[in-house]
Amino acid sequence: MLEKLKQLIAFYEEVLSMPHRQEIARELRNEDDFFLLLLYSEMIGIPNPVYYYTLELYPYMIERFHDWHLRMGMEKSPMTGIRCC
Amino acid sequence: MSGILVALVGMVVFALGYRYYSKFVAEKIYRLDPNYVTPAHRYNDGVDFVPTNKFVLWGHHFTSVAGAAPILGPAIAVYWGWLPAFLWVIIGTVFAAGVHDFGTLALSVRNKGQSVGTIADKLIGNRAKLLFLFIILILVLMVNAVFAWVIANLFINYPASVLPVFIQIPLAIWIGYAAYKRKMKMLIPSIIALAIMYLTAIFASRFEFLQINLVQYMGGADGAGLFGLGAVSTAFLIWIVILMVYVYIASTLPVWKLLQPRDFINSHQLVVGLAILYLGLIFLNPEMTAPLVNENPDRNWLPLLFITIACGAISGFHGLVSSGTTSKQLDKETDARFVGYFGAVGEGILALVSIIAVATFFANTDAFLATYTSFTQANAVGLGTFVEGAAKLAEGIAIPADIARTIVSIIVVSFAATTLDTSVRLMRYIIAELGVEYNVPVITKKHVATSIAVVSSSALVLIPEGPNGFGSGGYLIWPLFGTANQLLAGISLMLIAIWLKRLGRNYAVALIPMIFLMFMTMYAMFQQVFFEWSWFGSNSNTLLFVLGAIIFVFAIWIALTAFSTLTKKYDEPLDKDN
Repeated sequence: MLEKLKQLIAFYEEVLSMPHRQEIARELRNEDDFFLLLLYSEMIGIPNPVYYYTLELYPYMIERFHDWHLRMGMEKSPMTGIRCC
Repeated sequence: MSGILVALVGMVVFALGYRYYSKFVAEKIYRLDPNYVTPAHRYNDGVDFVPTNKFVLWGHHFTSVAGAAPILGPAIAVYWGWLPAFLWVIIGTVFAAGVHDFGTLALSVRNKGQSVGTIADKLIGNRAKLLFLFIILILVLMVNAVFAWVIANLFINYPASVLPVFIQIPLAIWIGYAAYKRKMKMLIPSIIALAIMYLTAIFASRFEFLQINLVQYMGGADGAGLFGLGAVSTAFLIWIVILMVYVYIASTLPVWKLLQPRDFINSHQLVVGLAILYLGLIFLNPEMTAPLVNENPDRNWLPLLFITIACGAISGFHGLVSSGTTSKQLDKETDARFVGYFGAVGEGILALVSIIAVATFFANTDAFLATYTSFTQANAVGLGTFVEGAAKLAEGIAIPADIARTIVSIIVVSFAATTLDTSVRLMRYIIAELGVEYNVPVITKKHVATSIAVVSSSALVLIPEGPNGFGSGGYLIWPLFGTANQLLAGISLMLIAIWLKRLGRNYAVALIPMIFLMFMTMYAMFQQVFFEWSWFGSNSNTLLFVLGAIIFVFAIWIALTAFSTLTKKYDEPLDKDN
C-alpha cells in the first residue's frame, strides 16, 4: 500500500515537473548555443583569436555542431572548414 | 433523476467509447504501429523531443487542455434542458473529440512532430497555413475577451476570492525561483502554496475586511462610479484594466518565472476540484432539478447548442496542444490512443460535472426556469450558477457554503487566468509570425505585438453594447468563441481526413464529425451574422458583425478547400513516413 502511494506521488511529481524540466533544458541549450557562437565568431564577422585551437574540438563536436546549425536556421554548415553535411 | 445516475451513464459511455471505438480507430484506421520510431526517439534532443511515459504524458496533456471553458460552456447550455447538453457532451467526446485529439496526435507523430499549421501548409498549401493563423488569432482574441470578463465577473460577485488569487502570484514566482535556481523539487512547495491560498480563502470568506469589494467601496450597486458609469460598470472597468496590465507583464516574462509555477498550483486545483465535486456528488446524491428538455426556449437549440459547448464536446484548441507539444514526447506510437483519446475523455468528465452541478442546484424546475429565462440570460447567469451549484455539491463533504463558493471561484479564476496568460502569449507569437509573413517588421517586436494583443482584447471586452451594461462584452462573444474553436477543430479533422485518404484508408471517422461541425458552425454564424448582428438585424452590432462575417467566410473557404482536396485524384499515395 505504502509502496503504491509512493509510486503515485512519484508519478504526480513527474507530471508536474515535466514542462519545467523542458524549460530548464531549453535555457541550458540556449546558453550552449551562445557559447558555440562565441567559439566560431568569425561566422558573424568577429575575429576570433582562438580559432586555431577551437578547431581541435572538431572531432568531438561534429554531431552537435550539425544539430546546432540546423537549430540556428541554417540548412547547410555555415563554415567551409567544417563539413558535417 | 439522480445526479449519480447521470454521471454513471456518462462514465459508462466514455468507458465503452475508449474500450471499443478508440480501439477500432487505433487498429483499423490510424493503424498505430508499436515499432514505429516516434519523433521523440528519432529527434531526441532532451528539450522538445523527449520520450515520456504515457501516464505522465497524459497527465501533462490533460492539465494543458482542461480549463475554464469546459465548465462555462455546459453551464450555459443547460438552458435547453440538461439532456441535450449531456448527450452532446458524451456523443461529442466519444465520436468527435476523441477522434480529433487522437487523430491530430497520430498525424503529427507521422509528420516529424510538426504542428497542425505546418502540416496544413504541406497537405494543402501556404494559404491554408495563413488561414489557420488567422483563425487561431480570432480564437485567442475571443479567449482573451471572454476570460477577462469571466475573471472580472467573479471578482465582483465573489470579492472573497480576490485576495487568494492575487496571493497566488508571489507564491508562483517563489516556486519558480526555488525550482529553477535552487533545483528544489516542486511538489512540496506547490502544495504549500495551495494550502496558503486556501487558508487565505477561508479567512477572506469569514472576515469582510479581507474581501476586496470594489462595488461596495463605491457605495453599493446603486453608487456612482467614474466617468458617469454606475458602480458595477466602473468595477468591471477597473478589474479589466488591472487584468490587462497583469497579462501584459505576465505574458512577456519567461515561462518558468510565473506561467509554469502557476500551472503546478493549478494542476493541484484541478485534482482537488474534480475530487470535491465527484465526492460531493456521491455523498449528496442530488436530484436533477433542471428540466430534461426546456419546452419553450426563446432560441432554438439547433445549431446554438453545438457552438455553446465547444470544449468538453470537441475543441480545436486540443489539436494545437496534441500536435504542438504532446506529439514530440510520445514514447510509442500506440500510446497515442491513451494520451489523445483519454485526454478528450478527461475533458468530457469535467464538462459532465459542470452540467450536473448546474442541473442539481435549483430547488425545482420552476426555480430553474425563473433563473434561466432566456438564452441571453443563460449566458449571463451560467457561470454564477456553476459556482453556486459546485458549492452546494461541496457541502456534501462538509465544506461550509461560503468557503466552498470562494474556493470554487478561485479555481475558475485560476484556470481562466492561466488561459488568459497563455493566449495573450500565443497571440503575440501569431502577430509576430504574420508580421514576418507580410513583411511588417515592426509588429514582430515583443512589446509592439503584446500591446496590439492587449489593446484589441480590451477593446473587444469593453464594447458598450453588452447585454448587462458596460464590461459585459464577454457575454456576446461566447458564441463567437465556440464557433472559432469548432472551425479550428473542423480544419484539423479535414487534415486528418486528407491524410487518411491519401494513405488509402477509410476516412469517414474524421469526415463525418467534420461535416457535422462545419455545417453547425456555418448555420450558427449565418443566423447570428445576418439576423442578429447586421444593420437590419435584431441586435445590430458592427464589431460582432465583422468578426462573425470573417468567421463565416473562413468556414465557407475551408468547406470548399476540403471538397476540392478530397475529391482530387492523387497519382501516388502518400508515403507512409511522410
